[in-house]
Amino acid sequence: MTATFDIAAIRAEFPILSRRVHDGRPLVYMDSAATTMKPRHVLDAMRSFDEQHYSNVHRGSHTLAAEATEMFEGARTQVAAMLGANADEIIFTKGTTESVNLVAATWGRQHVQTEDVILVSAMEHHANIVPWQMVAAETGASVRPIPVLEDGSLDDASARQMLTADIRILAVTHVSNVLGTVNNVARLCAMARERGIVTFVDGAQAVQHGNVNVRDIGCDFYAFSAHKLYGPTGVGVLYGRREMLASMPPYQGGGAMIDRVSFAGTTYAEPPMRFEAGTPHLEGAIGLAAAIEWFRSIDCDALRHHEAELLAHATEELSRIDGMRIIGTSPNKVGIISFVVDGVHASDIGMIADRMGVAMRVGHHCAQPLMDRFGVSSTVRMSFGVHTSHDDVQQSVHAVAKAVEMLR
Amino acid sequence: MTPAMTMAQAANDLVEQFEFLPSWEDRYAHIISFGKTLAPYPEEHRSETYKVKGCQSQVWLHPSVQDGRIHFEADSDASIVKGIIAMLLFVYNDRTADEILGMKPDFIERIGLTQALSANRANGLASMLKQIQLYALALSRRTA
Repeated sequence: MTATFDIAAIRAEFPILSRRVHDGRPLVYMDSAATTMKPRHVLDAMRSFDEQHYSNVHRGSHTLAAEATEMFEGARTQVAAMLGANADEIIFTKGTTESVNLVAATWGRQHVQTEDVILVSAMEHHANIVPWQMVAAETGASVRPIPVLEDGSLDDASARQMLTADIRILAVTHVSNVLGTVNNVARLCAMARERGIVTFVDGAQAVQHGNVNVRDIGCDFYAFSAHKLYGPTGVGVLYGRREMLASMPPYQGGGAMIDRVSFAGTTYAEPPMRFEAGTPHLEGAIGLAAAIEWFRSIDCDALRHHEAELLAHATEELSRIDGMRIIGTSPNKVGIISFVVDGVHASDIGMIADRMGVAMRVGHHCAQPLMDRFGVSSTVRMSFGVHTSHDDVQQSVHAVAKAVEMLR
Repeated sequence: MTPAMTMAQAANDLVEQFEFLPSWEDRYAHIISFGKTLAPYPEEHRSETYKVKGCQSQVWLHPSVQDGRIHFEADSDASIVKGIIAMLLFVYNDRTADEILGMKPDFIERIGLTQALSANRANGLASMLKQIQLYALALSRRTA
């Protein structure tokens, strides 16, 4: 039902899309996997909070403090509803990276032991590798990757074999930030659960592509960032199953996370407060709530359909370019296309495309093990947002083709 | 070998070359063709020691001193970056340390390079220039 998906109307909600770059060229923003732009609804909500209701939360008895607390806790409820979780299972963090670090530093230090194995995948972002390596270094455990197949999908057969009893936790991405591959995390989590293995799912690239339900996935932890869901930077979420959070030690010490402080001994608050030391990013949480509200107003099926069409369009057009190699061709993928072109450096393509107004990402995308897997040092990455049109795709492909022509 | 032009003359020459190129395509093509003028880079110097840090693409810069002048050899795996380093060397190559350290790199601004390459500002240009200056500084300290 594409009729209900009015791309022109959606575009009009993003002020930044009217930006012009390099001699007045309209911006073609194809970097939504790095960060999504903010619609007016989100910008307005954050400003209105600052102008009308701003105050610190969870303390003070005055009117603004009560309003701000209500809005902040309302944001938590909003996130919980989006994920199919309870509000007390939602922890506000700085973003996905901090969410991983929180689990690694608390649950990880508590449970990971010498000779344990932390199972990740070869398509992880560094944020879902390095914190585990740090825990492994401290405890004598090791980090092992599930291999990735040539088409960019996870090697399910290996995954099944590798999920053995010595695995302490499975930490895997829902959607690859490079390949666009959507992993069957529900199946992976089910396999892990059967063997008593704890599961962490990195949802940074998943939430902006449609519905995510943590109960359906069956994971113990799920993380994402607001700035990849049309919300602000500096705020993200860690979902933790209630029983998991209840048994975990605090992450950072400070105000708001305590029950009672004395020099004889301090007791800690219940989750989620136990994990939110200090004043949280209030405007961020308000912005995230607005982003969720806004995103939910979009017909999710229509969005998926539109994105699949864009992906098919871009893939077909790019494939016409001589020497084109698309990395990540899994049948189950979102609107992310990584590619290299024979004899042409990715950074050159990125620079020339930028000059033509097309914003794409060039580099290793914080996934060096995956670059090694495919034998490249960097790729160009084109990624779609809700506002991406067929015209954007056309212009991007044109820019890539032109760059290749100039560089050969 | 003493270059035919002074650094200032070479810089002005470069600015003029770009003034006659009205379209961005021509300017980029000119940058790319500059890269092709670089002498083949000696494989024995293609090592971590001579890599310029802070570049998105790989850049190698190898200095040697000949008659009190610094001779640079350079290479990059990316064409535009290679062109940029070739342009820098067009001005900076075979100069004395004092000349290099006394040179104000405002010609980069005058060419419009920083603006044209805004997306990769951090990538290379500044790091390459800094590396050239660091080598010059090291040489001037050694001879002081």
